[in-house]
Amino acid sequence: MSNLLDLLVAGLATGAIYALVAVGFTLLWQTSQTINFAQGEFVMLPAFLMLAVMHAGAPFWLAIILGILLSLLLLGLGFKLLLVDPMLRHGVLPLAIATMALAIGMKEAVKQFFSAEASPFPSIVPAGDVWVLGRVVSLQSLGVLALAIAVVIGLTALLNRTSIGHQMQATAQNPTVARIIGVPVERMILLTFLINAFLVALASLLITPIYLAKFSSGEVLGQAAFIAAIVGGFNQVRGAIAGGLLIGVVDNLAAAYVSTQYRAAVPLILLIVIILFRPQGLLGRPEERTV
Amino acid sequence: MTAIGKYWRIALGVAVIAALIIVPMNFNRYGLYILSQWAVMTIAAMGLNLTLGYAGQVSLAQGAFVGIGAYAAAIMTTQGMPLIVALGVAIVLCFAIGWILGYPALRVQHHYLAFVTLAFSTLAFLVFRNEDWLTKGIYGISNIPRPNVLGFATNRPLPFYYFCLGSLGIVSLVMWWLIRSPWGRAFVALRENPVRALSLGIDTRRYTLMAFAIGSALGGVAGTLYAPLTQYIDPVPFNLSLSLDLLMMVIVGGSGFFFGPFLGAMIAVLLPEWLRFTQGYYLMLYAVAVMLLLIYSPTGILGILDRYLTERRTKAASALRAVAKSRLETAP
Repeated sequence: MSNLLDLLVAGLATGAIYALVAVGFTLLWQTSQTINFAQGEFVMLPAFLMLAVMHAGAPFWLAIILGILLSLLLLGLGFKLLLVDPMLRHGVLPLAIATMALAIGMKEAVKQFFSAEASPFPSIVPAGDVWVLGRVVSLQSLGVLALAIAVVIGLTALLNRTSIGHQMQATAQNPTVARIIGVPVERMILLTFLINAFLVALASLLITPIYLAKFSSGEVLGQAAFIAAIVGGFNQVRGAIAGGLLIGVVDNLAAAYVSTQYRAAVPLILLIVIILFRPQGLLGRPEERTV
Repeated sequence: MTAIGKYWRIALGVAVIAALIIVPMNFNRYGLYILSQWAVMTIAAMGLNLTLGYAGQVSLAQGAFVGIGAYAAAIMTTQGMPLIVALGVAIVLCFAIGWILGYPALRVQHHYLAFVTLAFSTLAFLVFRNEDWLTKGIYGISNIPRPNVLGFATNRPLPFYYFCLGSLGIVSLVMWWLIRSPWGRAFVALRENPVRALSLGIDTRRYTLMAFAIGSALGGVAGTLYAPLTQYIDPVPFNLSLSLDLLMMVIVGGSGFFFGPFLGAMIAVLLPEWLRFTQGYYLMLYAVAVMLLLIYSPTGILGILDRYLTERRTKAASALRAVAKSRLETAP
């Protein structure tokens, strides 16, 4: 039992990162019916952008800023204008498949232009341990957790307390009515893409020091984010947050208490059970079915 | 006019089949291996085309079903059982698992099914890798024998290629019949307008499960050919990327078109060989090409062809109409 606290803290820390990724995922779905199968690769790429800036000789803080700006440009604006806008009129499914192709393209591009090997990545939280309730907890886990929670609180405040947030929610719930009452729907959709790009860049910054920068690291992350989004509730931001934290904790506990071989199976089984018995997710509202 | 078109089509079909039989005769071992792989992947893609293209259900588990078929064939034939028994087991097993896996499709919208099948795909991979007693884990199963078909040994590459081609032919005929049967029409009705299909008395639940199960069973058939083709299997080829590759094949060729999987599998299996000179950039170029293709035509390459033919036909028809109209005007 002694290491249960360690597992919980580590689980919550990775879970908080999953939550960031899952929130972006659900935002894209809500405002523009985009199921982004490349979301994991979206988390993988910013770390490489930052590494590339650092290789050019820039200090870490500048690399972070430029990396986030480049992410906003490529993964926010570029993704929307070049892929989502032309594809959206074809429907949900072709767009989803196009993002699968995008995922392959991004992985291969990083492998070709950067490296097929895993690269170390500096941490923004200093290494070390602190004592919490008489136990040693890694500072990195706590720092990641604190940062992720701050971002989630900030995002929730943006969505629920500000006029822009209300306009974004209106756009997500009913674009036609939102347009009639004067919400600049197009601008709001673009804003969600930019927020998603910001969230994945941040997630990249937080998770890459733990798992190293590798072209294929998006596969696991993407799957964790999908599962988090669905388990929590596809149409709710707080659902995605809860789902992310839950998956992080379950994943870490499974690693300790279930066989290491079948560790990866536990979140998947959770996903299948949720879809079968509560398809709207733990916190989600039932979606109106077209069928 | 249509009669000529029909003759042309039959002539083209005969020419292609003849070419597939005659041209590879002096191919080397590797060329035959690639062509056999094309035939096998086409069968798997045809199954997915039934699920996705005709019934409109997204499956990311076709690679897992190929894996189940391949392991069934590998385990049973290395124990001395004939391949045909393994084929039967693979079909029944994949059909049953596909049927069960189809249940979530009844409850939720299509993208959820994508996630359920994605989860299943990863679970199947974990079982292939971890259940050493059955699958020999990461060491894989080697020395998988090739079958004797009607008394002919298919150990050499050419006979085995003909065996794959013959299997593809049989599967194609069954598929051709299936799509034109009331079942096939019910599948299309399901995709186009489920509410209307239901109101017309089609049991949408049963047909959705059926489309999914038959598609999965064809994945199993492809797997039972894959094992004797490579003669060695381990879990790696059956991970999620095979499912994604198969999905791309169907989409690139043209989902919902009978010949879509043939074309898609050809592009996915043969193109890497022709694009060797691009080295590592091949997959990147492929991904970009798929995205551009989807933006231009979400129904794939055959979709472009179909649009072109329809356009020409409409133009011809309106030209005829114009002629008829001008005759009417000049008549009195």
